[in-house]
Amino acid sequence: MEKNIKQLLVSAIKNGTVIDHIPANNLFSVINILGLYNIDNQITFGTNLESKKHGRKAIVKISDKFFVDDEINRIALAAPEAKLNIIRNYQVDEKRKVTVPDEFSGIVKCVNPKCITNNDEVKQKFRVISKKEVSLKCHYCEKITDQEHMVFI
Amino acid sequence: MQNRSLISINDYSKEEILHVLDLAGEFEQNPSRDILKDKVIATLFFEPSTRTRLSFESAVNRLGGKIIGFTDSASSSSIKGESLKDTIKTVSNYSDLIVMRHPIEGSARYASEVAMVPVINAGDGANQHPTQTLLDLYSIRKTQESLDNLNLFIVGDLKYGRTVHSLIMAMAHFNATFWFISPKDLRIPLEYKLFLDQRGLKYYEQRDISDVVSEADIIYMTRVQKERFSDPIEYERIKNAYVLKSNMLQDTRKTMKILHPLPRVSEISTDVDDSEKAYYFIQALNGVYTRQAIISLILGLKN
Ligand SMILES: [Zn+2]
Repeated sequence: MEKNIKQLLVSAIKNGTVIDHIPANNLFSVINILGLYNIDNQITFGTNLESKKHGRKAIVKISDKFFVDDEINRIALAAPEAKLNIIRNYQVDEKRKVTVPDEFSGIVKCVNPKCITNNDEVKQKFRVISKKEVSLKCHYCEKITDQEHMVFI
Repeated sequence: MQNRSLISINDYSKEEILHVLDLAGEFEQNPSRDILKDKVIATLFFEPSTRTRLSFESAVNRLGGKIIGFTDSASSSSIKGESLKDTIKTVSNYSDLIVMRHPIEGSARYASEVAMVPVINAGDGANQHPTQTLLDLYSIRKTQESLDNLNLFIVGDLKYGRTVHSLIMAMAHFNATFWFISPKDLRIPLEYKLFLDQRGLKYYEQRDISDVVSEADIIYMTRVQKERFSDPIEYERIKNAYVLKSNMLQDTRKTMKILHPLPRVSEISTDVDDSEKAYYFIQALNGVYTRQAIISLILGLKN
């Protein structure tokens, strides 16, 4: 019995954050957005896993890392359905969802090729004008980038 | 409004728009005054637009201000190689206000963030040209006595025309009803229709000018450019459908006026020019008064 539980926990983490229900296509965007390539924590991820809800999903487990809301909500654009499990001592201590922020900078390219953010060293900045079908209004050129045309940096 | 940049027509509330128009009316009564005597205005034209530059410079000159600046053309490039940020920072040191035109969209907003002095956007690519919108509003109010509850017919390129988009945003403050008349390829973008839906304003889309033009208070004409069409045959087929001719004016309202942001190509037949309904040349003159008002409000020389 005890052995079984241990087997289940082989890939589990002791403390940290599990991000589930990431669309498989956007896994690397999520890694980028959270800057995970840049940290020393132990990270495991799986991708192209079967998801009952929608197509193929990815999952990321980061040991000893706890995100503040502002930080984690940045992934909402790439993974609007993402679910977070905060793990403490192998137990799910808390479950969280992500919400799309009202404003943010970086993350996404402005859809307009003539926009200054695509022509000069100016960081993208957006206001979110719709959260359901996410659409973004560029702070600079005022053009709308919709879900379909969203390209992650 | 003092010390605030004017980048987009959305930067001004309805009350602020009306305030600009009231003050422009004062300048029309008495356009030459010395209130800019100690001020230096920089006009930075990163692409040529003689018409707009002359209008700004006339406005400044009539108020006794000094002008520095440049017009960059493809052949003589004084500024190339230097970043926009560095140019703006430098010019901020030499001037009290920057008037800027630039082909890159969003460049004016960015300039206003790095400049130490206020910036007026004199056109950033296809994005915004707010002083044009304010002079359009001035012209509409002057000829119709009020901006409220008007029937506005907008004809031509409604897809790419920035003056059209800003005019819609501004006239939405005043319960306008819109008629959008354009070729299929140049229809008004969905986002503006959604915006009008949200505001509960009425609009109609038409393929043809002549149908319902008798209802119009204002006909706002724009250029239909050949380059906008993927199929040149399509352009040849439709181009004459968006030309205003004097015989089309017969059944229009007595007070109806025709506006055009200029320059015109062939979309208003020259036989319209003599009609008292043709207002586009006076509209351009109104630009000087409107820009006088905007400049003096931003510099705090008028309240
Ligand atoms: Zn943009």
